Amino acid sequence: MAEHTIHFEPDDRYHAFLTICKKPVHGTGVLAGIPVAVKDNISTQGIETTCASKILKGYIPPYDAHVVTKLKLAGAAIAGKTNMDEFGMGTTTENSGFGPTTNPHDTNRVPGGSSGGSAAAVASGMVPMALGTDTGGSIRCPAAFCGCVGLKPSYGRVSRYGLIAYANSLEQIGPMAQNVTDVSRLMQVIAGYDRRDTTSYDRPYTLIPDAHISGLKMGIPEEYFGAGVDPKVATVVQRAIAKLEALGATTVPCSIPSMEYALAAYYVICTSEASSNLARFDGVRYGLAADTKKSWHDAYREVRRAGFGTEVRRRIMLGTFALSSGYYGKYYAKAQIARENVRKDFARILSGVDVIVGPTMPTIAFKLGEKSDPLSMYLSDILTVPANLAGIPAISVPCGKVEGMPVGLQIMGRPFEDERVIDVAFAYEQAVST
Amino acid sequence: MTETGIIVGLEVHCQLDTKSKLFCGCSTDYRDDGPNTHVCPVCLGLPGTMPVINKRAIEYAMRVAKALNCTVIHESEFSRKNYFYPDLDKAYQITQYDKPLALGGYLEIESDEGGEKRVQLTRIHVEEDPGRLVHMGNPERGKYSLVDYNRAGIPLIEIVSEPDMRSAKEARKFLNKLRATLEYLSVFDSEKEGSLRVDANISIVGSERVEVKNISSYKGVEKALNFEVTRQKNLIRRGLKVERETRHFLEGRGITQSSRSKEQEHDYRYFPEPDLRPLHVQSWVKDIILPELPDARRERFVAQYTCSLNHARTLTGELRLANFFERVVAPDAALYTPAATWIADTLIGELNYRGMSIDTLDPGSFTSLLVLLATGTITDKSGIEVLRVMLDQRRDAQPCETPDAIVTRLNLKKTSGDSSALAAIIQEVIAENPKAVEDYHAGKNGAMNFLVGCAMKKTRGRSDPKELNREIAQALTNTEA
Ligand SMILES: [Zn+2]
Repeated sequence: MAEHTIHFEPDDRYHAFLTICKKPVHGTGVLAGIPVAVKDNISTQGIETTCASKILKGYIPPYDAHVVTKLKLAGAAIAGKTNMDEFGMGTTTENSGFGPTTNPHDTNRVPGGSSGGSAAAVASGMVPMALGTDTGGSIRCPAAFCGCVGLKPSYGRVSRYGLIAYANSLEQIGPMAQNVTDVSRLMQVIAGYDRRDTTSYDRPYTLIPDAHISGLKMGIPEEYFGAGVDPKVATVVQRAIAKLEALGATTVPCSIPSMEYALAAYYVICTSEASSNLARFDGVRYGLAADTKKSWHDAYREVRRAGFGTEVRRRIMLGTFALSSGYYGKYYAKAQIARENVRKDFARILSGVDVIVGPTMPTIAFKLGEKSDPLSMYLSDILTVPANLAGIPAISVPCGKVEGMPVGLQIMGRPFEDERVIDVAFAYEQAVST
Repeated sequence: MTETGIIVGLEVHCQLDTKSKLFCGCSTDYRDDGPNTHVCPVCLGLPGTMPVINKRAIEYAMRVAKALNCTVIHESEFSRKNYFYPDLDKAYQITQYDKPLALGGYLEIESDEGGEKRVQLTRIHVEEDPGRLVHMGNPERGKYSLVDYNRAGIPLIEIVSEPDMRSAKEARKFLNKLRATLEYLSVFDSEKEGSLRVDANISIVGSERVEVKNISSYKGVEKALNFEVTRQKNLIRRGLKVERETRHFLEGRGITQSSRSKEQEHDYRYFPEPDLRPLHVQSWVKDIILPELPDARRERFVAQYTCSLNHARTLTGELRLANFFERVVAPDAALYTPAATWIADTLIGELNYRGMSIDTLDPGSFTSLLVLLATGTITDKSGIEVLRVMLDQRRDAQPCETPDAIVTRLNLKKTSGDSSALAAIIQEVIAENPKAVEDYHAGKNGAMNFLVGCAMKKTRGRSDPKELNREIAQALTNTEA
């Protein structure tokens, strides 16, 4: 494979990147020479990978994540590593251990999170496409807030090997780009089975998006337009739905009763898994170094206290509590039941309709510092979290603006019907661009 | 010491003898190599890595389950056992918790009263071994510890018994039988250092249960349990209570010590491993073909080689021993009985004394030695001498002589062939011991034994005592006449 280099020295005024690779090499293939930004929780051989956490400062992985290998094989140039909420824990990218990213549409606002750096890099035009990860909305939220396209694939469609785990049972790596076509191109490169991730499926993706959606049935859940959703955002999304109807799709009102418990279940599951996943960061093998003069117990405590940010420590403690003996049944086991109910609700609705459509986020991008209370930040995940619990594909595509800020239209589909949500997003994008 | 009223249950961890580790492709053959040479991102627990189950390890564990009459359950799963320790690179061990691979089952052992006894099993599960800490300097005030992850990810099987054993000796027998069974199944190598670890639960009827952790040898189990029995009985005798606790076995000192650490109160926060799907392997059971197991082989040894039950039990109690025996006797049916006797009663002791494995001795040489004995070329006493030389040469990695060469070099051939020399020696003995000769003629039984002993000394054991007896009697009869 012939190797070439490109020059990549963007003006990163939004602090989208944690690492910029100025002269990345690339080969040949469908993405030949295209600079692709990679979220900093995806392992890149020879390039520092920190998850935007001080505890991983200096960690240079000795191996590439599966998706990075695929990117390289497709000829892409790894342009750099993007900022994020530390370990993916946040909805604003303000929880980065290395300072927040700002929204290219208004630098007083957040880009969303946790893949805020990837979204800002794409929305500002520094790169045409980027990889994000989505545990409870971390691709779709920043895509909506920054006005780009982002897909959370079906669970198992893309290998997670090399993704530094936050909540294994919920998260997926997914493509982000300025348009649906590029999201689809990137998806084609990264999707498919990987023997190193035994939760991945052999479902390669080879779609050329098709804008014909005549006869498509769209479920419109009442919960996606209820309390907590900004009416102005709802209005913009309703107009987008009307546009899809004009293209020949029909709407069916529906309800997802299990959504009442979705957010609680989500936070129990993701914090539980996180408390275990993040236990390995102890300063012994990589990242921030533990003081070897101290007893291991004291050294661990010091490193973890110094290395983890407030939100990360909060979630580790919540998860540790939820898994404790005597509480497991009350929290973790119950959350799994609630998750199963969400899955069943979606399966029921999706047996009658082809896709479910609604807003991606209940509001436009927050002002920096606006969500200082963690609970109100958690509540903003309400519309994205269900797709992670159900393991279904979900895409956010820009559908207009409120107060000059982008609004995202969310399209969710049946498990492994990523192609269909992409087609619908493509149909909408084509309709509004002409 | 009477051991009535003792209740023992064991948790046995054995390394499965697979080629690669449980969740990655690293080789398990690490014992002769430097630290951290058999590692990769997965078994180092590097961020972002994921486990992939080694199918062979599951197959091995299922062989064990089938041989021990366990029920492989329809859906089993791996869970995370969360705790911090420097040898545990992910800060959790991937193990099985509430859905183990197999439940129930039993193992038959020879009970203290003689006869067979069934020890019921609770469960069998598969898990990964952690790394290993190497403490530098004084263990009490060690300067520092180093960590070696070569062992991290080696597949382990944990076999949990019901509290069905009634003495330390029974526990030892259980372990020996278990070891033999695992070796017959070709899933375990007991000679690899650290391949077996045991936690033992022991209580005196009516008292609290004590868990002894960290026993890493077969003999250690019996020692640790005997120590505990004495300690617990002494407490009860003095009117004190046995506390429910976890103790550690200090192999070097042969004692157990209370582990007053927080370890006992660990909350491992088990939950299903989200990076692995549940296992559905019940259907494999029917395809597993079990080899001949120790009990069957023991019965065959009795029937085919006319071994005594005790010899058969000893010989089949270890796979290597049983294979050795069968190779030794293969050329000649006349060797069945001497081979069983010599291996069970002499060779094992000589090997143990030297801390040697039977693998170091080739069956062919041992057959040659038995032939020398069976043809009357050397005496039993010389046989032992030859055997010792053979073993010493192998232990010290010296050139190995054949038994014939040793016999020639040491001039151990029976002297019977050289009748004039023997006759001269007998005449000497008779001349030197007139009192004994007198006693012999007076009909005192011990006199002949004394004279044979003197003659044996003079021939340096090369003579057959029976032959000497005959020859001396003949000589004395002649003298009288
Ligand atoms: Zn490995």
